[in-house]
Amino acid sequence: MAILSDDGATIFALSTAGLPSAIAIVRTSGPASRSALEALAGRVPEPRYAALMSLRDPADGTPIDRALILWLPGPASETGEDMVEYHLHGSRAVASKLLETLGKYDEMRPAEAGEFLRRAFLNGKMDLTAAEGLGDLLDAETESQRRHALAIAEGGLAARIAGWRERLLGAEARLEAVLNFSDEGDVGEGDESFALDAADDVHGEIMETLAAPPAERLRDGIRVALAGPPNAGKSTLFNALVAREAAIVSPVAGTTRDVIEAPVDIDGIAFVFSDTAGLRDSGEAIEEEGVRRARSVSERSDILFWMGETADAPKGDHIIILHPRADEPRRAAKPAEAALSVSATTGEGMAALRALLLERARSLLPREDQLALNQRQRLALREAADALAEARAGDWILLVEALRGARMALERLGGGGGVETMLDALFGRFCIGK
Amino acid sequence: MATSLSSDRYDVIVVGGGHAGCEAAASAARIGAKTALVSMRRDMIGAMSCNPAIGGLGKGHLVREVDAFDGLIGRASDAAAIHYRMLNQSKGAAVRGPRIQADRAKYRAAIHALLGAEPQLDIVEAEATALDLASEGRTVRGLVLDGGDRALAGKAVILATGTFLGAKLHFGMSNHAGGRAGERAATALAQQLYAADLPMARLKTGTPPRLDGRTIDWASLAMQPSDGGDWTMALATEKRENPALFCAITRTNAVAHDIIRASLDRSPLFAGEITGQGPRYCPSIEDKIHRFGDRDGHQIFLEPEGLGDPLVYPNGISTSLPEDVQLAFLRATDGLEQVEIVQPGYAVEYDHVDPRILGHDLGVRTMPGLYLAGQINGTTGYEEAAAQGLVAGINAARLAAGQDPVRFDRDDSYIGVMIDDLVLQGVTEPYRMLTARAEYRLRLRADNAVTRLTDKAERWGCLSSRHRAFAKLRLAKLDTVRGVMTSKIDADAAEKAGIAIGQHRETRSLAEWLRLPGATAGAVRAMAPELRAISDDILDEAIEDVRYAPYLERQDREIARVGADERIRIPETLDYAAIAGLSNEMIERLETARPATLGEAGRIPGITPAALAAILVHARRRAA
Ligand SMILES: Cc1cc2nc3c(=O)[nH]c(=O)nc-3n(C[C@H](O)[C@H](O)[C@H](O)COP(=O)(O)OP(=O)(O)OC[C@H]3O[C@@H](n4cnc5c(N)ncnc54)[C@H](O)[C@@H]3O)c2cc1C
Repeated sequence: MAILSDDGATIFALSTAGLPSAIAIVRTSGPASRSALEALAGRVPEPRYAALMSLRDPADGTPIDRALILWLPGPASETGEDMVEYHLHGSRAVASKLLETLGKYDEMRPAEAGEFLRRAFLNGKMDLTAAEGLGDLLDAETESQRRHALAIAEGGLAARIAGWRERLLGAEARLEAVLNFSDEGDVGEGDESFALDAADDVHGEIMETLAAPPAERLRDGIRVALAGPPNAGKSTLFNALVAREAAIVSPVAGTTRDVIEAPVDIDGIAFVFSDTAGLRDSGEAIEEEGVRRARSVSERSDILFWMGETADAPKGDHIIILHPRADEPRRAAKPAEAALSVSATTGEGMAALRALLLERARSLLPREDQLALNQRQRLALREAADALAEARAGDWILLVEALRGARMALERLGGGGGVETMLDALFGRFCIGK
Repeated sequence: MATSLSSDRYDVIVVGGGHAGCEAAASAARIGAKTALVSMRRDMIGAMSCNPAIGGLGKGHLVREVDAFDGLIGRASDAAAIHYRMLNQSKGAAVRGPRIQADRAKYRAAIHALLGAEPQLDIVEAEATALDLASEGRTVRGLVLDGGDRALAGKAVILATGTFLGAKLHFGMSNHAGGRAGERAATALAQQLYAADLPMARLKTGTPPRLDGRTIDWASLAMQPSDGGDWTMALATEKRENPALFCAITRTNAVAHDIIRASLDRSPLFAGEITGQGPRYCPSIEDKIHRFGDRDGHQIFLEPEGLGDPLVYPNGISTSLPEDVQLAFLRATDGLEQVEIVQPGYAVEYDHVDPRILGHDLGVRTMPGLYLAGQINGTTGYEEAAAQGLVAGINAARLAAGQDPVRFDRDDSYIGVMIDDLVLQGVTEPYRMLTARAEYRLRLRADNAVTRLTDKAERWGCLSSRHRAFAKLRLAKLDTVRGVMTSKIDADAAEKAGIAIGQHRETRSLAEWLRLPGATAGAVRAMAPELRAISDDILDEAIEDVRYAPYLERQDREIARVGADERIRIPETLDYAAIAGLSNEMIERLETARPATLGEAGRIPGITPAALAAILVHARRRAA
């Protein structure tokens, strides 16, 4: 079924294409825009003035990004509704984290193709000539669907979804046959254990698939951060790691100039290195702000090399403590907590560092036999899994509804659908009719 | 009832005295329209052409919904019922289906009596041979009868001609024109509809032979008794009237299958004589054996056609094989060794109109004043026909009175689901109601039709004072029950009442206890003695409401979401071909179904969200 506009829901979407990039803009439109911003940033800035604000996941306080925020109350906004623009650092990890956080609100959902435009139009906000763009949008939709379908097919996801769908459809058709034709066909009587089994099995397999590392890392690179106090040797090490590689893309400065990012290819694996280089030039209270930023960078990296005192190291599985500047006389001894001693100047430990990096990276990427899912696929699979989790809620009808809900979510990914599909399965399998 | 033609001017003229036509005429007359019911043979009005059973899964919901509008089908069913069954008793209230077996003669008599009691209704025995169209254009202004012998003037005409358009009956390899065994086809009218360029297509259906019950060995067969209990089809029926009869069950076997297999070359179905598409869910016995060859037998339900009637309807073996084959395979079956056939089974092929030319009021968009209801729209079944008759009758009466059309919605009724499916998606096989078609079936229960629909029925002027009194009483009692749902009951009392309280030891509300297993009407009375006088069916409805409440809340949100697009109107004359980016297939479907709102457009197969956006923008542009 189509998802519809002005249903009272607040919609959100990434409005810039092609991550990673310098900045990524996420927009929300609808009545919950304001409360979501309050929850994420703690307050709402003055309307239509850009403000630099820290965003945190309201659930656990983990930092998401320090971003430029525009609060655009309706009706004087592009869609005519309350809107917020989040100008983020243009990395996939940051944008995904924000989208995921927004998606947790009941009142919010991802926008459908063209939906911002539609709302603008509905509220009399859109220049009529802009409407011409919609033809292109339709073409783009088909093209991206085609490309997308291809991509999943290659990953084997299509086959797996088809398998789940078949399994659920079979169970659903059997239940529907009994529900709809118990009086007039050889449909058997009511044993629902096969359906519960199907629901449990598919639920388990979906959860397993969801647990695999996401596709974004494969495509957009593993995020490696260098963190530590000023003068810890981050930039030297950064340059050493980045400069040694052939496939260097020139470093791009983040908009707030806090972070320098460099995508690098090592042994066929994509990495994005980031260095909190801008810290030194900051006029702010360095200690406090430095720790805060380190934590924020740490939160959104997949691997973090900590180069300061071991006692100050942030906590987490992804933290690797390095003992840098090993060439300096007073730093010859490696503390027990540090994984490696390195020196970018002499090259000491650099080979080991790269080996360590690759080893960690491989554990973070989907294995060849694992399926890589993007965000849209994960959302749909989670919806299917949620529906299946309710299979044991009560009577037959609720069980069928659970199967149907899950199947519809899968069909949104894999095509096909509706009542007719189920009826085909039903009449194909059962001899029905008085 | 005025049986003579007191006047030749009517508000509403209905053609066809089947289930659609009778319901249409009665509902138009109930609302106050001066109505004529034109049918070929007066004595065949209210006839059941196929199985003498009413209700069932999905269909029982339709009966209860039509009854909530004080329709005929529920009341006539109760008057004729000789066997009651509540299907899916154990599968959840939302898909429980009440079904009755009717005494065919009593049913017809009841319909005649109910029609006769409508002062605004005349019955005209004649063949409708043409629509009377205004000279310029396609506006309908009346009906020509019997090839021009007579004419009736009317502000609205409802065609409910069933299978009679272009109908062809197949008895084995011989076939002839005819609407139903013993009745002629409506050929002249069909010609005019072809000429009017209405899109038509061909479908087929079939019926089993009728058996002489005195030649069946009942003692050797498994019996199926009628349900006890006192539920009825209609709200205003106070108690069951007739004695209950047994049905019996037998099975076809390998010998019978061999007989059928050896004769497939004499089946019009397999010899290519029949081209119309038959329903997947009502295959003929030859179809079943062909498609499910691995089965060693198929059930046959032997259903009596009436109290004093030896005729038996063998449910499950619709067939168009030659009569000698029918007799041979029947006699190979247990209990039927001596059976005699009274009337052989046959298939009928007929034309139907593509219902996508209709609006949700069942009016033909391009021919103002013309409505279509029943099998002519590609449906099958009495209940489906009756429900469409109700919708067309109400809207034709409103047109005649200069009022706006009204509609049913997918979230308020199976009627709404059916009409929406028909007018937006069309049909590829005879359309039958199934609970699986209703996405909101948790709320659309057979037991809560009165609760769901009385408000609409009353606003649209459909209720007699008698029905209204019954409805108001029921709703008031339900209110009383709902008022008690929040009272606090301690765990001991709940356990004593029969609730499976499990780990719960705390005091909870009555509603909360009722979500646990063991919630029955008796348990409610035990926990809330003030409800002692409330009957089971009302308590059951209230119990189901609280049990499904959490799921319904989620559905409410989805309905609100869908509702927004239902309010966005699309101009009737929008040129879809001019919208950039729509595929040819999308354009074709949109132009055929002509959705009235953006929500409807979204339910047409293959229309994507981006296509909706483009349609919306284009529609607004035009308006600007
Ligand atoms: C052979 C057969 C088998 C069937 N099998 C099944 C089945 O297995 N399962 C199932 O659910 N349903 C079955 N049905 C369908 C069910 O009987 C119909 O769907 C239902 O009765 C249709 O109701 P209706 O009011 O649309 O038309 P009908 O009940 O067919 O009534 C049409 C009426 O219109 C009258 N009429 C037609 N043309 C004219 C005219 N020009 N002028 C005047 N009067 C006219 C006829 O005399 C008749 O009274 C079968 C029907 C037939 C005929």
